[in-house]
Amino acid sequence: MNDGSQPILSLRGIDKRFGAVQALSDVSIDVRPGEVVALVGDNGAGKSTLVKIMSGVYQPDGGEITFDGRQVSINGPKAAQSLGIATVFQDLALCDNLDVVANLFLGHERTSAGVLDEVEMERHSWELLRQLSAKIPSVRIPIASLSGGQRQTVAIARSLVGEPKVVMLDEPTAALGVAQTAEVLNLVERLRSRGLGVVLISHNMADVQAVADRIYVLRLGRNGAEFEIGEVTTEQLVAAITGASDNVVAERAARDKTGATIAPEDIDPDAVLPDGHHAPGTGTTPDSDEERDA
Amino acid sequence: MSTAYDQSDERLVEAGTPRAALGAFGRRIRSGDLGMAPVIIGLVVIWVIFFLQNDRFLSSRNLVNLSLDSATIGMISLGIVLVLLLGEIDLSVGSVSGVGGSIMAVLLVYQGWPLLAAILMALAVGVAIGLFYGLLFTQFGVPSFVITLAGLLAFLGVQLWVLGSRGTVNLPVDSWLIEFANFKFLSPLASYVLAVAIGLVYLVTRLRTIQRRRAANLSAPSFQGAVIRSAVMVAAMLFGAWYLNQDRGVGYMPLFWVAAIVTVDLILRKTRFGRSVFAVGGNEEASRRAGVAVNKVYITVFAACSTFAVLGGILAAGRLQSVAQSSGGTDTNLMAIAAAVIGGTSLFGGRGSAYAALFGMLVLQSITSGLNLIGVEAEVRYIVTGIVLLLAVTIDSLSRRARRSSGTA
Ligand SMILES: Nc1ncnc2c1ncn2[C@@H]1O[C@H](COP(=O)(O)OP(=O)(O)OP(=O)(O)O)[C@@H](O)[C@H]1O
Ligand SMILES: [Mg+2]
Repeated sequence: MNDGSQPILSLRGIDKRFGAVQALSDVSIDVRPGEVVALVGDNGAGKSTLVKIMSGVYQPDGGEITFDGRQVSINGPKAAQSLGIATVFQDLALCDNLDVVANLFLGHERTSAGVLDEVEMERHSWELLRQLSAKIPSVRIPIASLSGGQRQTVAIARSLVGEPKVVMLDEPTAALGVAQTAEVLNLVERLRSRGLGVVLISHNMADVQAVADRIYVLRLGRNGAEFEIGEVTTEQLVAAITGASDNVVAERAARDKTGATIAPEDIDPDAVLPDGHHAPGTGTTPDSDEERDA
Repeated sequence: MSTAYDQSDERLVEAGTPRAALGAFGRRIRSGDLGMAPVIIGLVVIWVIFFLQNDRFLSSRNLVNLSLDSATIGMISLGIVLVLLLGEIDLSVGSVSGVGGSIMAVLLVYQGWPLLAAILMALAVGVAIGLFYGLLFTQFGVPSFVITLAGLLAFLGVQLWVLGSRGTVNLPVDSWLIEFANFKFLSPLASYVLAVAIGLVYLVTRLRTIQRRRAANLSAPSFQGAVIRSAVMVAAMLFGAWYLNQDRGVGYMPLFWVAAIVTVDLILRKTRFGRSVFAVGGNEEASRRAGVAVNKVYITVFAACSTFAVLGGILAAGRLQSVAQSSGGTDTNLMAIAAAVIGGTSLFGGRGSAYAALFGMLVLQSITSGLNLIGVEAEVRYIVTGIVLLLAVTIDSLSRRARRSSGTA
């Protein structure tokens, strides 16, 4: 359905330096509408830095960003928002002293006649939270009194306020329970089918392989490998992430010619998604993936 | 009726009944969310103690004086509350109020400006000072503590320079500013009408909210409860007005002060700007990433604080009928800052209410007035005020610790 579609968001040759650390050098990625792009890489590979550049938190030292065919400079979070880029940050970025509703709508408050429309915001909050099967007792308690996973759910729900075109999720399931993880992956599926571009960062290869269409591997701040989901095994991914063939996992994959046949086991949906939820990725055959990108 | 959206989690302890409300209040206090409770309890204790020492303390006459004396520094304190909500501080409000009063007085008396023009000019200077602070703070990242400490000194100098060799400037005795600050009171009838009108507005907005919440399938308190609350509120205001009316009544200036507090409170709680003040005070980086114009919030708040300081200086000039080199001195500065803190505004940012200026100032002015009545010296007043301030800051720190351990930091 997305045949031949142009990237909604496209980065070319992005450089970013923090003092002595070259966090990103010459990184390029594309995100198409209706596509889930996974960004993987070791700790410190530069994934969060890249996300922060796309969300206007950091300014790149070099490179170009194109959004919807136009070259843009995302010079602040507000600019990213008005383009339609929403982000769930790794550190969540919530205000502990505000309640759930206030956090969800921060920067997007609904007003009527200049006055905050608390009733409408609260109603919408429950809708968003229900979509995510959030287990939150009250939306009128300060964020600080929620559990880590509840906070993460709030942060994810927040990215859906305000009709984004691209949603970036930086390790969104790191603190989530089994059911909530499944809901987030379902949500990613729904965002894709609504035609949004999704950037997903995760260290969980099973999650990545369950929902992603394409996988970018970042290594030490550079573009490593890029995979279509149908053509890659967990072992290849791990090898690309660690960047070494002197790695036990990679070595074994290389020795073991049956590596490819083990792979499906690793992305077995039931391992990730109990409760009768079907892994969104299971319906996607390698063929349809190739079609999509042809 | 189906279960309201917000009542569907079975872990939610039943809410809505008066007993549940009381229980929720108790839990909130224990978890460190004290709100205005300590300062109101403190005010009651102070009033009882002084009343037992000298029953003239709670006389209508003394309370009217108390209201007039609170309004000037209380107005300055309102600005401090705003700055503290951002987790910042303005140490220069005393000097700035002195500069504001001096500019107004000199323009009026020596330059022959109309009073209103002189006042507007002084307020404009207040805005400019705050904008300057805000720009220094946001563009160069100088800590507000240092910026305003420098301002404290510099504007003291400016005040002396503006006043020049005259030292003291007396306002014309027929000036309406003096009238306003000393001799203008609501007629008893007007005060009762106002009390009832405020109650009605409160009732109507509350009923409308309840109705809208029900329509949106959210839980809502009962209509009855809203009526009872409004009735209690009106009764309290009527009694207060009646009691003050036994003497001169409700002064224009204290009324102006309270109106400013109510306005700031509504802005803080009901507008996007107010929401962003709390957000920036709670987590600046998160607010920035959410698209809040953080710098604009800082600059606006610093400007508002300096403007309230100048306004307080103008009211003080009217109350004292003159401006002197000592106007807005150490006392003003410390009282204004102490009042905001005693009123329960957290020094850590993100927590507090405009009403902190009201109750904090009433506490401080009650101490001053009570000790005067008993006839003790100024040194005792400073010591007592210091102890109360320390108490308030300790309560703030303890409640922060309680919030942390109960997971609501
Ligand atoms: N604000 C900063 N100041 C200085 N260095 C930074 C800053 N942010 C990131 N870095 C550096 O940039 C590099 C990439 O960091 P980044 O947070 O993007 O990694 P990551 O891929 O998200 O890792 P993780 O999987 O642990 O989240 C790291 O070496 C880090 O030390
Ligand atoms: Mg990261």
